[in-house]
Amino acid sequence: MSIAFDLLLALALLWSGGRCLSVDRLDRAIVLFIAFGLLMALAWARLAAPDIGLAEAAIGAGLTGALLLDAYGALKRRKA
Amino acid sequence: MKRFVMGLGALAFAALLIGALLEPLPVSVDLRAAVTNNMASSGVEHPVTAVLLNFRGYDTLLEIAVLLLALIVILAVGIDTASDQPRTVNPILQTLARVAAPLVIVVAVYLLWAGAFRPGGAFQAGAVLAAAAVLLHLTGLLPSWQVPTRTLRWGLTAGFLIFLAVAAGLLSQGALLHYPPAQAGMLILLIEAGLTISLGLILAGLFLLLSREPGDDA
Amino acid sequence: MSSGLLFACVGALLFAMGMAGVMLIAHLLRRILAFNVMGSGAFLILVGLTQRNDVPDPVPQAMVLTGIVVAVAATALALALVRRLHALTGQLELPADDT
Repeated sequence: MSIAFDLLLALALLWSGGRCLSVDRLDRAIVLFIAFGLLMALAWARLAAPDIGLAEAAIGAGLTGALLLDAYGALKRRKA
Repeated sequence: MKRFVMGLGALAFAALLIGALLEPLPVSVDLRAAVTNNMASSGVEHPVTAVLLNFRGYDTLLEIAVLLLALIVILAVGIDTASDQPRTVNPILQTLARVAAPLVIVVAVYLLWAGAFRPGGAFQAGAVLAAAAVLLHLTGLLPSWQVPTRTLRWGLTAGFLIFLAVAAGLLSQGALLHYPPAQAGMLILLIEAGLTISLGLILAGLFLLLSREPGDDA
Repeated sequence: MSSGLLFACVGALLFAMGMAGVMLIAHLLRRILAFNVMGSGAFLILVGLTQRNDVPDPVPQAMVLTGIVVAVAATALALALVRRLHALTGQLELPADDT
């Protein structure tokens, strides 16, 4: 049962990571990256590393995502 | 053509790497036993916190220095002065943020305290604090930083300075960051409290400095 | 296959994917994304490989925790530099050597 979940999580990680690098719209890429960060947090939980999971959810997905979206917004405003 | 070659190269690299990962290690380096055997003298009960702040405290000291350095470089680089219209903020969001912020601070303090015996610690607590600051900023309740004030500068460097002071004070014992087992718990809590405040401020600063509004360009 | 080893293999693939992204993509914001994916791959290898028998190991976990915090600082610094570059030149790509 848990191996099925692990495989599904592995596929989701690879898919979101790959789409994040290949999708044509930048805002979608950033949102996919945030989703990727949250999936990483799940992977850390599966690896019995709740400390890293907590940090990844708060920093990797939350703070990095906010920074990237803010930069995207600022660059877009300047272009407009 | 370049894309194709690079993609093929990356695929070959990944295949080789996975092949290497699947090989059994001949002599495995296992630090688990060393950590378990020394837990009693570490002053905390959670092994990850013990590694971070006691056994490998040196890494954490350098890490907070790196973070401080990154913030200083961001201050030095200066900012772009994009034309930034004042955001219209939903009052419901503001009210929610006002309710959420104190709760988030309570969670941060709990995480800091829990770090001694279960998952949690200064890093997570600092990240949660920074998230609260970002939330308040996005709802227009907390203005972005222009130039750090004197108080803010002390707050930003407090974690590093406390850590450094403890390290210097313990240098007389013969080794850097070698806590006496009796006081290890207190010292770790002191360092972690400083680290939480500084990490929260630095991580929030990364966001608040990058989203500075134009006008009073530092 | 243990979940540690499975995630180490996922980490290897993510690392290769991110590396190809860093080398191929010219757009600097996307390159920062690729750099972060590459970092996540490295973290997964580090923790997954030492936990191949599914026994938690605190040492690499603590190292990765440090690494995540440093990675966000590096990302913020890179974003500051990209925004500065865009303010000065209006470009979102690094100039070629001959200009």
